[in-house]
Amino acid sequence: MSWFNNPKTPKTPVGDKQLKIPEGLWLKCENCKEILYRKELEKNLNVCMKCNYHFRLSASQRLGLIYDNGVYTEFDNNLAAIDPLKFKDSQKYRDRLKNSQENTGLKDALLNTQGKLGGYEMVICAFEFSFMGGSMASVVGEKLSRGMERAIQLKIPFMSISASGGARMQEGLFSLMQMAKTSAAVSAMGRAKIPFISLLTDPTMGGVSASFAMLGDVIIAEPGALIGFAGPRVIEQTMKKPLPEGFQRAEFLLEHGMIDMIVNRGQLRNRLVQILNFFNSQTAGYAGKDACGQCLTV
Amino acid sequence: MSKNSLEFEKPIDDLLHQIKKYEDLSSGGKDYKAELQRLRKKLAKVEKEVFGSLTPWQKTQLARHPDRPYPVDYFNMMLDDFVELHGDRRFAEDYAIIGGMGMLEGRPVMIIGNQKGRDTKQKIKYNFGMANPEGYRKSLRLMKLAEKFGKPVITIIDTPGAYPGIGAEERGQSQAIAENLMEMAHLQVPIIAIVTGEGGSGGALALGMGDRVLMLENSVYSVISPESCAAILWRDASKAADAAEPLRLTAQDAYSFKIIDSIIPEPTGGAHRDGKAEATVLKTAIKKHLEELDRFSIDELLENRYNKYRRIGVYEEQ
Ligand SMILES: [Zn+2]
Repeated sequence: MSWFNNPKTPKTPVGDKQLKIPEGLWLKCENCKEILYRKELEKNLNVCMKCNYHFRLSASQRLGLIYDNGVYTEFDNNLAAIDPLKFKDSQKYRDRLKNSQENTGLKDALLNTQGKLGGYEMVICAFEFSFMGGSMASVVGEKLSRGMERAIQLKIPFMSISASGGARMQEGLFSLMQMAKTSAAVSAMGRAKIPFISLLTDPTMGGVSASFAMLGDVIIAEPGALIGFAGPRVIEQTMKKPLPEGFQRAEFLLEHGMIDMIVNRGQLRNRLVQILNFFNSQTAGYAGKDACGQCLTV
Repeated sequence: MSKNSLEFEKPIDDLLHQIKKYEDLSSGGKDYKAELQRLRKKLAKVEKEVFGSLTPWQKTQLARHPDRPYPVDYFNMMLDDFVELHGDRRFAEDYAIIGGMGMLEGRPVMIIGNQKGRDTKQKIKYNFGMANPEGYRKSLRLMKLAEKFGKPVITIIDTPGAYPGIGAEERGQSQAIAENLMEMAHLQVPIIAIVTGEGGSGGALALGMGDRVLMLENSVYSVISPESCAAILWRDASKAADAAEPLRLTAQDAYSFKIIDSIIPEPTGGAHRDGKAEATVLKTAIKKHLEELDRFSIDELLENRYNKYRRIGVYEEQ
């Protein structure tokens, strides 16, 4: 496979350390309520030292932790939404976009990037949850598709890092169709034998989980991440009974056979390199030219 | 008059009722020509007023009309020798999705659709048309079977959405829908998807990827139901009528966005006023599109299908 290019041993990740969690020297763990020293928490990759709660990260923080030396190039950052429905509720969609753009410094909820991981060149698309809940609409779908198509063109692996409430209702049917569009792009990657690693972080719901995110060759989740199709509140209302303990959490999905593994943030880079080594290995490989590799059903 | 009449259908139903009455009286020998003529003229006028300017919420109500033909009704009206196939071969049979083989004017097709059910007993059995993962896995099994033997796939969509249940999540609702999307993207036979009633979000899309996507004139297709949208926006599901406006969920909207390929006309007042006529129109449309798709090789078909979805989305490059 020609995405082979001098794998190196992974270095200790050096992420950018601009945290979006509240200012101040100390903060409270959202899970165990322990008061944590901010500097120490940051050094621990924003994972609670007491209960292993994984704090949410921004897209750029994630990429900083994953890429070699935190170095990557961003693509298609000039793409912006144009409000095809002229959607307005209590607030105009255009105003919501503007607020999110000001708060995050991004044009929409996804970064499409390329860089090296353990020496392997690869494409990574990462969701920004603080941009309208990481919702997927035209721009996100387009950037994901471009990212996957670039991986196919360069014959390098692709990875997605999901953090999303699902499809963005303000773009209506356009948003829904991004599920079809991105799943078609995964199908194209499958036929081109491009390895696809899908990382599910808290939360990965609705139209994102029900499309490309659940289609990874390898699916990894962060501990405790909420992952599912319908929101827990909707399910509770439908079933008219309390949800089981740990419902829709990463551990629940692993238990039910829906994901390959749960990996602590601190071990993620090593794990990714092991997986990339496997896909890249030329030793005793077979051509398998007709195997789709993704079809569970024949 | 149907007990299921919608509020805005009432004036029309009243007129139809009166016309029927005079027709019955006429058959008794007395002449009510003038009276009937007056009523029919009035009916045409009222129909034009009511159905010429339906709001998105009224369209949603029509799309959900309890008297509207359901997918299985179209199967029965359009096909000869429908043979239903059951089960996902994984876990269970899901009655919310029905599928099987049939002959469409001598042409073999694999047909798959949603099942809502009419009476309470059926509704419970069919889970109100909301499929569990098994329903999507069954549909995929049938599509793969069609692919294996080179038969086209027709899907008829009318569902509020995928079932939001505990078991559905345990057994991978997301995975089932996602897998359908990926497989339908490269299924090596023509696929025609038709929304005949409610196209409810991801649960509808899971049967809705195809070389041709069509919608009936009074059907709707939406990323979220107006009720759920209202619940999110105003924490009040009863404001669904208001939420239906900005969602742009009508067939006409989808067509104007170039997301669907064509709109299939319905009789005045909706498909439920003449289901048989609608089935004929639908059958003609399917035949026409199948013949058009016949002209492409499988490679061309798949490339066109990819590009069809690839270009959906609006944005600017600054
Ligand atoms: Zn903690």
